[in-house]
Formats: sequence, structure tokens, C-alpha cells
Amino acid sequence: MTFAGLESGTTVMLAHGFGCDQNLWRLVASRLEDRFRLVLFDHVGSGLSDPAAWKAERYSSLQGYADDILEIVEQLDLHDVVFVGHSVAAMMGVLAVAKDPSRFAKLVLLTPSPCYLDHDGYTGGFTRADIDELLESMESNYLGWSRAMAPKVMGTPDRPQLEDELTESFCRNDPAKARVFARTTFLSDNRADLPKVGISARVIECLHDTLAPRSVGAYTHEHISGSDLVTIDATGHCPQLSAPDQTAAAIADFATPA
Amino acid sequence: MRASPGELRDAFDHAPCGYVITTPDGEIQAVNETLASWVGRDFDALVGTPFAQLLTAGGRIHYETHFAPMLLASGSLSGVAVDIVASDGRRLPVLLTANVKSDAEGRPLLVRIVADDAADRRSYERELLAERRRAEEERGRAVSLAQTLQRSLLPPSLSPPPGLEAAAHYHSPSAGDVGGDFYDLFPLSRERYGFFLGDVCGKGVAAATLTSLTRYTLRAAAVGDDHPVGVLHTLDSVLKQDTHAGHGWFCTALFGVITRDSNGFDVEIATGGHPPPLLLRADGSADYVPIDGGQAVGLFARPTFSSTRITLSPGDTLVAYSDGYTEARTGPRSRYDDDGELLRFAAAHSPADARGIVSAMRTLIEELGSGVDDDAATLALSVTRDDDR
Repeated sequence: MTFAGLESGTTVMLAHGFGCDQNLWRLVASRLEDRFRLVLFDHVGSGLSDPAAWKAERYSSLQGYADDILEIVEQLDLHDVVFVGHSVAAMMGVLAVAKDPSRFAKLVLLTPSPCYLDHDGYTGGFTRADIDELLESMESNYLGWSRAMAPKVMGTPDRPQLEDELTESFCRNDPAKARVFARTTFLSDNRADLPKVGISARVIECLHDTLAPRSVGAYTHEHISGSDLVTIDATGHCPQLSAPDQTAAAIADFATPA
Repeated sequence: MRASPGELRDAFDHAPCGYVITTPDGEIQAVNETLASWVGRDFDALVGTPFAQLLTAGGRIHYETHFAPMLLASGSLSGVAVDIVASDGRRLPVLLTANVKSDAEGRPLLVRIVADDAADRRSYERELLAERRRAEEERGRAVSLAQTLQRSLLPPSLSPPPGLEAAAHYHSPSAGDVGGDFYDLFPLSRERYGFFLGDVCGKGVAAATLTSLTRYTLRAAAVGDDHPVGVLHTLDSVLKQDTHAGHGWFCTALFGVITRDSNGFDVEIATGGHPPPLLLRADGSADYVPIDGGQAVGLFARPTFSSTRITLSPGDTLVAYSDGYTEARTGPRSRYDDDGELLRFAAAHSPADARGIVSAMRTLIEELGSGVDDDAATLALSVTRDDDR
């Protein structure tokens, strides 16, 4: 759990998605911290979370992660929280807000997808076989790459290095837990939960995102009534790193109280 | 000798690896001919598309959720195993290496990605992976076999006579092994019940065979023999029979016969080298059942077994246990019961009914944790108090 930013500012909670950890927000956080009180955390099973907190059964459903979020806001006694969920964490936010909206003011869904699999009439972009392929890819990369990861920081003279510890741990989660998280993420179908969002919401999508294409962004926006949709001129699924200015601006613009 | 710009261009285009230049967010700006020919599409068709689009769907998710953010965060990446999908659908296993070019302020300008053909290495890795999976499955099967065997060696349910409550717990320190402790409680007639708890030498499959032999010998011997000491002698003879002599099989065991009397139960207990049971009285006292150790069963030419007789009144509880408890390591040179800890434990929990003391014994063995390196079994019998009947 990390706190940053302005003590008196609106509370903005930044939740990372499948793959990395709270460090993914680094560039966005530094652009928001002069105006907001930031709360960042690692989901159980990711980053520097407590390994003992892991229960495969609990984290085999997104509700388990959503319940963690509700516990965090309750234990920290946070109010009027602007919850920003990236990728699958956007759906955790949807589930948390649907279950107990009392501590949340606004919901930001960054490159969300309510369902990654194709279903009749709905194009999530992936098939069950694709997800198996992802699990296989994760496995073969853990074998040769992540596991024996003496972090070889190669010479990149034109790029200042991050602190070593960040480079070492970033995106390198426990393989067994990552497998569970991958299944939970890509096999969940939360389309029916979107209309349960009863608070103000913003969907932020990228122009070219092969994981959450624009049709999925539009679907999410259409099924959360009263939400608005912002499209960032960026490629990829993690605009926090590739387009931090626009991403931070889209969040700040929405999170700032009227 | 210096390379001319044309030669450098040629070195880029025909390098023995695929070469891609993308924007920081992954849009292809240039590819070399090697890569274009692998993919089966020309330069113009590839420029402007997302690099991740070249990968399989699964690899693309992995790339977008892990590798792309890592690359931007750390400035470089190496040894990433993905498959590129060619225009004809063929998959080309490659290993990616990449680094980021940044401006003076550290803002990324472009990404250079090199793709090495990794077909051979990948198939080798797939074999390793398959081998590991097979090994894991084998291990899973062995564990489940051991657990099934273990379960089959313990009684499915204890059958106490009316007025007597029974509870038991079995702790095995290693999931993949079959342990050597055993116990049972069973009717001999309407009025008489038998029980035993013991520990055979050794572990694993051999111990399982011996446990099985011991259990059924004790049950059969008790049918025709009213005296617990006699039952242990029968077991002793069986363990020493020629066929098994070479095995050096032996065990320690308690064997008891329970008979109802006017105000509770009469219990005659014989021991063959087994630690004495505990007796928790209704008044809150606790002590060992006064019984000499006797000798291990199956080990001596003319063994002596001893027996004693006690009365269990309402609220009294008899607790048999194996040395997994007493011998648990609590330090480099100390065992749990080195100086009478088990009796103090019993006294602290007395009075307790069978379920209560077994539950406490279970907590105890869990607290002893990794210090427990043998199986630990406990069987408790308590006489129901009048007001509970």
C-alpha cells in the first residue's frame, strides 16, 4: 500500500491490472500528486503483496479482488473515492461499486473489457484457445526467462535506468499465482455487471489497443448509463507508460470535483 | 575499412535476425527484409500496424500486459519467447530482445526490437516443460495413492458402545508417504469392545503392509481371546512367522478390552512397548495409566507384555497416543516430552471429553509443526456424564 500526493486532495485509488504491479502507475502518479491524494496497492498475488494472503480459491473470481478493494477503503476509512482501475481492475471496480457504492464518488475504467472472450453477438476479441495459448506463453517464458531472471540490465545509454529494485521486481509475479490471475482475468464475463454501476463513470480507451479494441470500449461505455468515453491517441494496452500525459489528464479532468 | 551507408542498410535488411523499429507505444515504423520475409508481408503492409499484432493472440496478451510495460519501464528486455504468425498462418518461434531510444529528458522516442529464430530452442523447452508436467503428474498420483492407502489403514469410523464417546486424529508429516501408526475401536460382543493403537517400525509401503497385517491380526485374535496380553502374544507370533522373519518386523501397541460395569466401564489394557495412555479424570486431575512398558511386539524370543485394569467413570477420559507427539523435536537436542510436558499438557486440559482432548492434541501437533517428523496418532475414549445422556 502506498500513499502519495496532497493530503487534503480528493482520494484517487489507482488499481493495476493483470501482469504488473502498482509501479505501472509511476508516470501517471507523478502527474497527479500535486492535486490528489493517491492510494496505490498491489493485488494479492502481485508485486510486493503478502504471499501468505494468497488463497487460490478466493482469487479465482474477480469478486475476491473486488472484496479486497472494499476492505481497503473500509479499513482506511476512505470516502468519496475516485477509483481508477486499469484493464481487469476496471471490472474489479465495477464489482466493488455494484456491491457497496457508499465510499465511492466516481469510477474510471482505463482500457477496460467486460469480457475478453467472443460470445454470440459480442466480440471480446479472443477465444478460449487464445487464453490457453497465453497460459502456455506464460509458462514457456517463466521457464527460460522470468524464473532465472538475473536481471540483466542491458546497456541502454540513451535511457536512464529505473532503480534496480523496481526493474528486478516489475512484472515478475509468482508464476502459479499469475496463472490463476490470468484465468480469472480472461475467462470472466462481467457484461451483466456494467449496468449495476450507479455512480458517475468514465471509460478511457486507446485508439489502437489489441486487447481492448474500440468496439469493446464503446460497449462498456454504452452499458454504464451516464458514463462518458475518452479516446487517447495511443497504441497498446498500457497508456500509463506510453501516453502518461494524456492518461493523467483524462483522469484528473474527471476526478476533479465540480 | 568502413561500411558505406548502402552496406549498413544492407546489413539491417539482411541481418540474420528480424529487426523492427516501433514507436514507444508499439506501432511499427520499419522492419527489415528478414522479418518481412518471415512474416510473408512486405514493408508497406507492416508499417503503421501494432507490433503485437504480429504475435499469436495468447502471445499478444502476454506481450501487452507484461513485456511492453516492462520495456518502457526498464528501457530494455531480453529473452522473450513468443510466436510470430506468418501470413499463411505458420508460427515462427522467436526470442525477442529490445531496447528503447530516449531523448535527453528520458522520454522514449522509439523502440528497437530484434527477433531471433528460436525454433530449435523452443522445441527443446517444450520437451522440458512436458517432462516437468509428467513428473508433476507422477508425483500427484503417488501422493494420492499414499493418501488412499493411509485412509484404508485407518478405521472409516469408530464404533463406541453406548455411553462411551470416542475421537481420534491422525497426523502425517509428509503427504507423499504412508505412515506406520494405526488404531481402531470395534465391538467384540454386545457387552465388550476392543481398541488398539500402535506404531509399526519403518515407513512407506513396507510399513503399510505391516500395519495392515497387524490390524487384522489384532482384530481376529481378539475374537477368541478374552485377555489383552494373549492378543499381543498372538500378534507377536504372527510377526515372527517364517515368511516375515527376514523382514525384522515389529511394532509397539496398546490393546484394550472395554466392558460396561454398573457406573461406567471396566478397561483392561495391555502394552507391548508402547507409551502408557493418559487418564484425565472428571475431577480435573490427570495421570498416566500405571502400566509397565512391556516389550515391543515381534522383536524378542520370549517377550513379556504387561497389563493393568482401570475403571472409567462418567467424565473420565482415556487418551492413547503414539510417540510422534512425545518425540517431536522442540530444539536442536530437545524433544517435546523430555521432561514431562505431555502430562502437564493433559493436566491443563483436564477434565475434557474425547472430542475436546483430541481437538487439543490436534492443535498441539500443529503447533509442534516441522518438529514432528514421525506420524502422530491419538485415540481418546470418554464416558459420557450422566447429565449428557
